[in-house]
Amino acid sequence: MSKHTLSVLVENTPGILARIAALFSRRGFNIDSLAVGVTEHPDISRITIVVNVEELPLEQVTKQLNKLVSVLKIVELEPGSAVQRELVLVKVRADNETRSQIVEIVQLFRAKTVDVSPEAVTIEATGSSDKLEAMLKMLEQFGIKELVQSGTIAIGRGARSITDRSLRALDRTA
Amino acid sequence: MTEQATGAPRPQPRARTGGAQPQPATVEHVTGAQSLIRSLEEVGADTVFGIPGGAILPAYDPMMDSSRVRHVLVRHEQGAGHAATGYAQATGKVGVCMATSGPGATNLVTPIADAHMDSVPLVAITGQVASKAIGTDAFQEADICGITMPVTKHNYLVTDPAEIPRVIAEAFHIASTGRPGPVLVDIAKDALQARTTFSWPPATDLPGYRPVTKPHAKQIREAARLITEAARPVLYVGGGVLKAGATTELKVLAELTGAPVTTTLMALGAFPDSHPQHLGMPGMHGTVAAVTALQKADLIVALGARFDDRVTGRLDSFAPYAKVVHADIDPAEIGKNRTADVPIVGDAREVIADLVVAVRAEHEAGNTGDHTEWWQQLDRWRETYPLGYDHPEDGSLAPQQVIERIGALAPEGTVFAAGVGQHQMWAAHFVKYEKPATWLNSGGLGTMGYAVPAALGAKAGVPDRTVWAIDGDGCFQMTNQELVTAALNGIPIKVAIINNGALGMVRQWQTLFYNQRYSNTVLHSGPDAASPENRGTRVPDFVKLAEAMGCVGIRCEDPAQLDAVIEKANSINDRPVVVDFIVHEDAMVWPMVAAGTSNDEVMAARGVRPDFGDGDD
Repeated sequence: MSKHTLSVLVENTPGILARIAALFSRRGFNIDSLAVGVTEHPDISRITIVVNVEELPLEQVTKQLNKLVSVLKIVELEPGSAVQRELVLVKVRADNETRSQIVEIVQLFRAKTVDVSPEAVTIEATGSSDKLEAMLKMLEQFGIKELVQSGTIAIGRGARSITDRSLRALDRTA
Repeated sequence: MTEQATGAPRPQPRARTGGAQPQPATVEHVTGAQSLIRSLEEVGADTVFGIPGGAILPAYDPMMDSSRVRHVLVRHEQGAGHAATGYAQATGKVGVCMATSGPGATNLVTPIADAHMDSVPLVAITGQVASKAIGTDAFQEADICGITMPVTKHNYLVTDPAEIPRVIAEAFHIASTGRPGPVLVDIAKDALQARTTFSWPPATDLPGYRPVTKPHAKQIREAARLITEAARPVLYVGGGVLKAGATTELKVLAELTGAPVTTTLMALGAFPDSHPQHLGMPGMHGTVAAVTALQKADLIVALGARFDDRVTGRLDSFAPYAKVVHADIDPAEIGKNRTADVPIVGDAREVIADLVVAVRAEHEAGNTGDHTEWWQQLDRWRETYPLGYDHPEDGSLAPQQVIERIGALAPEGTVFAAGVGQHQMWAAHFVKYEKPATWLNSGGLGTMGYAVPAALGAKAGVPDRTVWAIDGDGCFQMTNQELVTAALNGIPIKVAIINNGALGMVRQWQTLFYNQRYSNTVLHSGPDAASPENRGTRVPDFVKLAEAMGCVGIRCEDPAQLDAVIEKANSINDRPVVVDFIVHEDAMVWPMVAAGTSNDEVMAARGVRPDFGDGDD
């Protein structure tokens, strides 16, 4: 099994997230992470899905996704040629003794302290899942009170845009 | 799993105007309901099968005034769905069914799933509770879009009456193009009641739907090269060939290559059964020759077929020597079950037409295959293990004989619709199909109860042709109420109940794999009836039942009467006819590959394992 990051461009229609999530579950594919958001085009949403599958089932899931009428385009983003990011918000137990150590770790990982109270520090960090994992490991010793993490979002490196051709296709019908 | 749903759904897509879309001629001021009926008229839907109810009620008012759309009032929504499927399969047009919200809509789920598995172009229109009530658990509310998401090609929830013409146009387009399938359109009651405008044609907007129909030339050349090189090729033909209307092209390709042809359950009629190159049906109950040909082939050319488990048996031992050319309009089918050496995405008609040209080019270059030895083997298997059956020793009717005679005595062009089970397999084996759209059945989903409503729908679509439903007594008891629909709407179908008093196919498995312990498969109420007061009676009495529903009811128990009864049934054309054929309960379907075993283990009959003389038996 290996991780694959799929960028799925979809028409912004009601129920599209349910369609995609249901397709994965009924065909027996597990989603590692999923993130949905707007794109530069108001009619198009971009769903980033990380799946843990072999090459052959991946081809099948991509083909099945392509059959959904509201799916415009699917691109697999290779780790080497794409920037992948997750966002984490974490609330760490802190007192007068530990706070400075925590802030040091925050700086080390180029994260941000977004909220401070006498008993806790809330940290915002973005990065690859490896980097975030390393940071969280360092913070564990202080006691993690609450953690929330986003799905991975990803974008290809270089000047090319995966939305270009889909947008053109959409404009043709307009 | 982490999930982030920042993209709130935006139910109002951007309005699209101008561009390449045709400009509508006139604008009519109508209600949403009128807009729906006008849309159905414009899209060419001449027949709708359905039942009204609260939420869909507004649509039934303008329906009454339409001279172009005929509504057939069925007795159960499942009947409406299968009737629309039968109509679609017999005519090649999109079948349409209509139901109200909640239970009306959920009763359509089985036929929608059935149409999805068999790639039948179907549009199901359901009423939905008023848009403000959606999500409140309102009376007769069901999330039918959510429920049918996995069994439709696409579905729509319409809350804005202005969208109705576009959605109906798109639904028919999606249902009938590419790999056909069912599309559900759920319309809120207030959208049907509201005032709106209607103009045709509407601007459609499907940027994510672009089925590929034209095959890739390089793949076609590669396929043609393999076809002419192969020593033991087989053309494995599926339902896609029928859907593409490619039967003429198929015959040319078959005769050009000289390769044997096997047509799946979904493709019976795609290649004439009488053709010398036809080996019969493959799969679990396929002919020994067809099953074995695929097992021994060095090349399988799959045309509009999907390597279903009922065809392949155990996948890891299926056709171990074969290279595979796989042509299908649905890219997801290629490589799904069996890896394709040459994948071809395209419409079967275009694929086969291109293959014919490419194979001819190979022939002109001097590359013609030699299949003499292959045909010697095939002919030996065909001659040694033909389809056959025994006549019961007690003088009762053999079910196979009943079906064989119905086929033999049927007028030219008769359409057969089967239920699911033993009678379905016998109808596949013992009726000779020469033309497309003469065999309708529930192949993928295996829906018992399909036959009567499907026959009804077919007869409504092709009224000049004889339509025989070949049904089992188990299947018949699931949907026979649609005979009322047939009788009252002047749709004179003929129904043969192959009455063995049991759920025959399940009983066959109990005979073979469960030590003849017949748990809950006995339906009959003859001398062995479970309850003493019913012994010796017939419950239900299908003849009386048929008569009660406005049909002619006939019973046949004697082989000597068989032809006369069938001819009598064939001669009645003013009413539906039901013939209750009392057949022997122990008849079994052979050949058979037991579920989960290899196709190498095909049994020609009980205890008869074919000897292929290759030493590996």
